[in-house]
Amino acid sequence: MSARDLASLTTSFAALSVGAVGGANAVTPEIQRIAVDQMHWMDQATFSQLFAIANTAPDPNVLLVSMVGWQVAGVAGLLVATLAILIPSSVLALVANRLITRYDSLTIVRAIRTGLAPIAVGLLLSSGFVLSRGANPTIWAWIIGAAAMAFVLT
Amino acid sequence: MSNATGAEDRWGAPLAISVKDLFLGFFKIGILGFGGVAPGARRVIVEERAWLSDAEYAQVLAIGQALPGANTVNAAVMIGDRAKGPMGAVTALFGLMGGPLLLLIGAAMLYGRYGDLPMVRGALSAAGSAAAGLVAGTAIKMLTGLKLGRVAMAFALITFIAVGVFRVPLLAALFVLGAVSIAVVWQGMRR
Repeated sequence: MSARDLASLTTSFAALSVGAVGGANAVTPEIQRIAVDQMHWMDQATFSQLFAIANTAPDPNVLLVSMVGWQVAGVAGLLVATLAILIPSSVLALVANRLITRYDSLTIVRAIRTGLAPIAVGLLLSSGFVLSRGANPTIWAWIIGAAAMAFVLT
Repeated sequence: MSNATGAEDRWGAPLAISVKDLFLGFFKIGILGFGGVAPGARRVIVEERAWLSDAEYAQVLAIGQALPGANTVNAAVMIGDRAKGPMGAVTALFGLMGGPLLLLIGAAMLYGRYGDLPMVRGALSAAGSAAAGLVAGTAIKMLTGLKLGRVAMAFALITFIAVGVFRVPLLAALFVLGAVSIAVVWQGMRR
């Protein structure tokens, strides 16, 4: 672990934080490009292992970044990488939230949040579908997935 | 179609949530959030704590999706801010990420040691299957809970078919379909 590692973790992931529009599928390849191809922090096999673990955890991308930080510089790397990916986008969300609230008397602002809502639900449905296809290689896996779905719906 | 979701609109209104409840609520969301935070988040925010209605939650999630960063992380910031200002946003964020980070460190250590055991691989893949089912179930529940009008329902389904079936990049779908959906809602509001 070195101060240089921590600094490059911070700059790489803080930049990704404000550039990371579009959810897990769009951002994971970019994390891989940074960690494996550009910074040579780890080889592809190690990255795949980290991905497998992060992918079963909540918020896969944030935690994937946390694990890359951990791999590079231990607990300090984990903390630095996690904060770097979280803080810039969170500040942006805070400001955006306040702007939307302040200008909510404008019809276009209300149209934006009302019009985007069904798209968000459609995206959630898509990710359930895509995840199911990827995660369920066998009939037993499908049964587990269906049982989990029934659990939510009842 | 003055109000496409058919629910009472109280966007931006302060939420009466204590710092402790914010932390505990989002901590639970984080812990429940295996395979993606969305299912647990809706359950806690809409059903258990009734902080937001389905319609309000869908809007917060949508704005969170359009901004950089994970949508549920952004949603936590926005809800925390409405409850307790920037302090609330930080509290919600810590609650959401704290549990998963600790669990992840534990999982990473165990995986390094036992990851090659077939049973561990089996358990990980079963967890993935269950997570996928939870996400799908939550989406269906939100779809019915939103009481969408016909047009909004059509947009939700078109988005699903585009991204889920035809694998259109999420960003493209979000901005193209989102823009058209906003335009339609806007036309309706101006009338």
